[in-house]
Amino acid sequence: MEPAAYAKIRRNPKFIELVQQRNRLARTLTVVMLVFYFGFILLVAFAPGFLGIPISEGSVTTIGIPVGLLVIVSAFVLTGIYVGKANTTFDNLNQQILEESK
Amino acid sequence: MRGQPRILGGLAGLGATLLLAGPALAAGAIEGATTTQPTNWSAIGMFFAFVLFTLGVTKWAASKTKSAADFYAAGGGITGFQNGLAIAGDYMSAASFLGISGLVFTSGYDGLIYSVGWLVGWPIVLFLIAERLRNLGKFTFADVASYRLQQTPIRMLSAIGTLTVVAFYLIAQMVGAGKLIELLFGLPYLWALIIVGALMIAYVTFGGMLATTWVQIIKAVMLLAGASFMALMVLYSFGFSPGAMFQAATEVHPKADAIMRPGSLVSDPISAISLGLALMFGTAGLPHILMRFFTVADAKAARKSVFYATGFIGYFYVLTFIIGFGAITLLMGDPSYFKTTVGADGATTYNKVTDLIGGTNMAAVHLANAVGGNLFLGFISAVAFATILAVVAGLTLAGASAVSHDLYASVIAKGRATDEKEIRVSKIATIVLGIVAIFLGYVFEQQNVAFMVGLAFAIAASCNFPVLLMSMFWKGLTTKGALIGGLLGLISAVALVVLGPTVWEKTLGNPAGSAPFPYDSPALFSMAIAFVGIWLFSVLDRSQTAKNESEAFESQYIRSETGLGAAGAASH
Repeated sequence: MEPAAYAKIRRNPKFIELVQQRNRLARTLTVVMLVFYFGFILLVAFAPGFLGIPISEGSVTTIGIPVGLLVIVSAFVLTGIYVGKANTTFDNLNQQILEESK
Repeated sequence: MRGQPRILGGLAGLGATLLLAGPALAAGAIEGATTTQPTNWSAIGMFFAFVLFTLGVTKWAASKTKSAADFYAAGGGITGFQNGLAIAGDYMSAASFLGISGLVFTSGYDGLIYSVGWLVGWPIVLFLIAERLRNLGKFTFADVASYRLQQTPIRMLSAIGTLTVVAFYLIAQMVGAGKLIELLFGLPYLWALIIVGALMIAYVTFGGMLATTWVQIIKAVMLLAGASFMALMVLYSFGFSPGAMFQAATEVHPKADAIMRPGSLVSDPISAISLGLALMFGTAGLPHILMRFFTVADAKAARKSVFYATGFIGYFYVLTFIIGFGAITLLMGDPSYFKTTVGADGATTYNKVTDLIGGTNMAAVHLANAVGGNLFLGFISAVAFATILAVVAGLTLAGASAVSHDLYASVIAKGRATDEKEIRVSKIATIVLGIVAIFLGYVFEQQNVAFMVGLAFAIAASCNFPVLLMSMFWKGLTTKGALIGGLLGLISAVALVVLGPTVWEKTLGNPAGSAPFPYDSPALFSMAIAFVGIWLFSVLDRSQTAKNESEAFESQYIRSETGLGAAGAASH
C-alpha cells in the first residue's frame, strides 16, 4: 500500500465525516444496548419483585417475561439498524473515499 | 459456491434415508432394552448418517483447500448469511441447548437471564469489533492485536490467551460429550471421547475451515429445525397460548409461582454485574468466534453475518425458554421420566426436579420423546452429538491456528514459513490438540466442569478482549502495556475463579464460606485489572519503540475504518 493513499484519505473531508458519523451511530447503539442490558440486570439484582408483578389481574405471566423478550428483540433490532445504515450510506461514502485515494 | 447444490441435494437424500432406516433401527432398541442402559439404535443410525454426510462434505472441502487462506479462512468465500449460521452454530453448543433448557426446567425465569446475557454480546461485537477485525486481520485476532506492535510478544500473548480459552472450553465440551453420549447412545464414556476426537481431527485436518464451517452450518440448521418443532408442539398443546403454558407450569412445578420471577441464581448486585460483563464481553474475545470474521469477503459481509447470527441465536434462546417450560408441563406429571421410589405405604414418589432420569440437563431430550416419540428422540440425540462435534472442531481449528499461524509462522519462522509448512504445522497441532482433548476429557470425567465455560468467557473478556479493543481504538497502546495488561487480566481471571466459591469450596472441597474471593464471576475485577494494566504500562513506556508504535496508529486507523488494502487479505 503506497503511503500516498493514506495521506490522501487523511486529508479527505469525507473520511472525517464517515468516521464521525459511523462511530457516533456505533457509540449511540452501544450505549443503548448497555443501558437495556444492565438496566435489566440491575432490575434482577435490586428489584426482582418488580419483574415478578403479574401483567394482569389473575394472570401468572409476569412483567419479567415481556421485559426479557424485549431485551432479546432489541439486540436484533439494534444490529439491524446499524447494518442497514452501515452497508448502504456509510459504505457508499467509504467507496467514494477509496476511489478518490487512487 | 459450486458445491452448494450438491450439498442441498445430499441433504434431501439424507432425509429420505433417515425415514427409511429409522423405524427398523428403532425396533432393535426394544429388543436390546434390559436393565442396563439400552443402546439407542435410531439415534446411532441418524448420527451415523450425519457423520457419513459430513465426511462427504469434508472430502469436497479437502479438494478445495490448498492455500493457507483456504485452510484458515475458507478462502474468504463464505457469504454473510452462511457465516451468520456458522457463528450461530458455534454459539449454540450442546451446553447452551441442554443447559439452558435444563435451567429453565429447574428454575424457570432464571434461564432467561442467562440467555439474555449470552445474546447481548453480539451487538457489541458488531458495533466495536467485527468490521475492524475484518479490515485489519488475516487469519487470527493476533493479526490485529500485533498489527503495529512487536510481533513476538503479542503473538505469544494472544496464543496463550487463545489456547487457555480453548482448553477450558474443550474440557467442558469433551466431558459433557462423553456423559451425554453414554446416556443417549449407551456407548462407554471413553469410546465416546475417542469418536468425538477422531472425527474432529478428520474434519479439521482434511477440510480446514471450509469443512468446519459447513459442518457447523448443517448442524445449526438441524438444531434450529429440531428445536422449532419441539417448541411448536409444546405451544400447540396449549392452543398457542403462552399464558396457558405458564399457568400449567406454575401448577405442576414444586416452586409454583416462583418460576415466573428472578430466583436465587443472581444473588447480589456485584455478582450480577460481574457475570453480565463476562457474558457480554467474553463473546467478543472468543478466538473461534473471532476467526469466523476472516472467512467472509469484506466488512459488509462481516456486518451481515453478525446481524443474521444475532437473529438466529435470539430465536434459539426463545425456543429453549419454551422448551424448558414445555418440559415442566409435559414431563413433571409423568413418573416414567423420573427415578421413582416406592414408599412404605406403597405410594410412588419422586422429586419433580432432581429425580429426572439422567439429570436436569436431559429435560430437552426427554421432551423430545414426549412430543415426537422415539424416532424424534433419536433425532434430537443425534443433533446433540453433532452439536458437540461441530463446536469442538471449531475450537480445535482456533487452537491449531494459534499454534501454526501465531507461534510457528510469526514467532519461530519470523514470517518466512511457506504456506505448505504452515498448514502442515497446523495439521500436526490439530492432531495433538485432539489427543490432548481426549486425554483431558478422560482425566476430568469425575470432576465438576460446569465452571469451565464461565472461566473461558471470563478469560476471553479479561485478556483477549481488552488487548484487541485497545489495539483498535487507543493510539497510546504499546507492546509493553498490551503484554503486561493482558497477562494480568488472564492471571487474575484464573486466580479469582480458583479462589471463588465454585472451585474453592465445591471442587476443592474446602468448607462453605471459606473462599477468599466471595464472587463466582471474576470479570468485573479482572477486566478492570486488565484495562488499568494496559493503560498504566503503556503510559509508563517512554521508549523509542513505544513512540513508533503510537505513530503507526494512524495508518492502521485508516485501514481499519476504510478497509484500504484489506480487500485481498485472505486471497493471496
